[in-house]
Amino acid sequence: MQAPAQTPTVRSLTCPNCGGGMELRGFQHTRSAVCIQCLSILDTSDETVRIIQRFDERNRVRPIIPLGTRGKLHGTLHEVIGFMVRTITVEGIQYSWHEYLLFNPYKGFRYLTTYEGHWNDVLPCHGLPEMTVAGGRNAAKYQGHVYKHFQNSTAETTFVMGEFPWAVKVGERVECDDYVAPPYILSSEKDKKEVNWSHGTYMTGAEVWSHFNLPGAPPPAKGVFANQPSPHMGRVARIWKTSLAWLGIWLLVVMFFGIAAQNKLVFDQSYRFDPRAVNQDLSFVTPVFEMGGRTAGVDVEIRTDLTNSWAVFNLALINDDTGQGYDFGKEVSYYTGRDSDGTWTEGSRSETATVNKVPAGRYYLRVEPEGNPQGQPVGYQLRVKRDAPHIGWLMLALPFLLVPPIVVSLRSATFESARWAESDYAPSSD
Amino acid sequence: MSRMANCPGCGAAVQFRFAQAVQASCPYCSSVIVRTNVDLEKVGEVAALPPDPSPIQLYTEGIVNGKGFMVVGRLTYRYEQGFWNEWHLLFGDNTTGWLADAQAQYAVSTLVENPGKLPRRDELQVGRQFNWPNGRFTLTHITEARYVGFEGELPFTTAGKHEDCVFADLKTDTAAFATIDYSEEPPLLFVGRIVAFDDLRLTNLKRFEGW
Repeated sequence: MQAPAQTPTVRSLTCPNCGGGMELRGFQHTRSAVCIQCLSILDTSDETVRIIQRFDERNRVRPIIPLGTRGKLHGTLHEVIGFMVRTITVEGIQYSWHEYLLFNPYKGFRYLTTYEGHWNDVLPCHGLPEMTVAGGRNAAKYQGHVYKHFQNSTAETTFVMGEFPWAVKVGERVECDDYVAPPYILSSEKDKKEVNWSHGTYMTGAEVWSHFNLPGAPPPAKGVFANQPSPHMGRVARIWKTSLAWLGIWLLVVMFFGIAAQNKLVFDQSYRFDPRAVNQDLSFVTPVFEMGGRTAGVDVEIRTDLTNSWAVFNLALINDDTGQGYDFGKEVSYYTGRDSDGTWTEGSRSETATVNKVPAGRYYLRVEPEGNPQGQPVGYQLRVKRDAPHIGWLMLALPFLLVPPIVVSLRSATFESARWAESDYAPSSD
Repeated sequence: MSRMANCPGCGAAVQFRFAQAVQASCPYCSSVIVRTNVDLEKVGEVAALPPDPSPIQLYTEGIVNGKGFMVVGRLTYRYEQGFWNEWHLLFGDNTTGWLADAQAQYAVSTLVENPGKLPRRDELQVGRQFNWPNGRFTLTHITEARYVGFEGELPFTTAGKHEDCVFADLKTDTAAFATIDYSEEPPLLFVGRIVAFDDLRLTNLKRFEGW
């Protein structure tokens, strides 16, 4: 006993309004069909075709994907069999989007929806989303994802073409709620009787064009769509991860230089000079001190007791054995006072001069102080440090490490605010 | 009980694939055969079923929850959106189930014995929730339907199935599915899940012109 060979065939019918012929692509699923010529909506559920609704042909909308086009989605061939325009009104302005009904006799129906060059591949939900709250906002939970409420609207069917597995009518209204978790969108459509949930995945026009082998270029996408994946999505986390890794390496380098540096105090003496003695030679040499280890930098710190005065120290670090010298100088000035804003200070009592690449050996300093001839005697201390840690140049790397993630974070935030500006949760919805 | 029998209408040898089949249609003369103990009785003629857009047919085979099945029977109902089929599944272990197929959306379910207290027909309300052992079910659709016809083998007779029937469909967040069938008293509960066509791995399907 074998099953009777039954091959569903395409049904042909004649429009009772204009006599135009048409073929139904949805087999017996089709409950209503629209006459291609006069746009009358026909009830095809029985052998006798009845007119459900007439439509003014002047309001025809041309679908950008022609009815009957076939394309592969998720490896399955689908045929475009229906097209509808749905319209919402927000603050007196009408916004319309297009929906294509796709059919495969085995896998059933799915939809392609499009608005301003953005596309979604939409399927009915198998499970029932659960209502929840996320970030103080209504949300829906479905298959492990939390979808934030985006918009509530009343959608009216304003134009239909092709065929549908339900009784379609122009003017029919449903209450829609959209929830987003880019690249996904979860939508509920509520009529008087029931709630239907569907699940969409964002697609670009280029993807649709390639799946359906359409000629020309898709219309460019305008603005940011509700569930359009952010080009920065994942990038923010990734770039912060990379930057933090580099920051860790940077810290290790800083610590390495800090630890590796001997930072040894090799000379420490206090002196005094009187800048008023303009005719005296104030220069002198210090005792010899030893500097060991590798060739490294030397810090000479000058700590003074200056107040509202200045001093210039011309210094030379001289190798006692070879006579090789390193000349350098430092001006120290410190001023302080009181005004209407309180106490102020300018300059510093201490300065440090650095001499680089000094080989080990026995050294002394030649010191030539000079000061304000009208000033007071200056007390100062000379401290020589061998191989002091120098990490200042490493600080220059910090902006390079931190600027890129901050820029990416800001761009991502800009994209997200463009997305939500179109929602019920725009910051200033007036 | 014999698996082979002769049709009381035309005498043709009819093979029963489901040992517990109570009602069957003769593939040769369209007689409705009802089995009472060992006897077969012709109780009428099968009405021709409407042209059916389902890819499933009698003797389609598939797999659900790792268990192979064969479609041995079919009930067809008419409702607001057209027709839908309840395909009677016979599993390899001789248990049975149902594969609902409405607008090429599929759900597999099995009868729950002793389901406990079910809501009365006049208590049905979309959105109402029920905590059952397999999860929290929400009533999503109330469907008024008319029994249209059957083919193949069924575990019951369809006598008296001609009045309007009411079905309540329920879902959970994880795509578990339940139907309460009010065509009997007390109502019957079927529990299962909504399945994707590909997951059923169906073979011996119908072919469609142009596909």
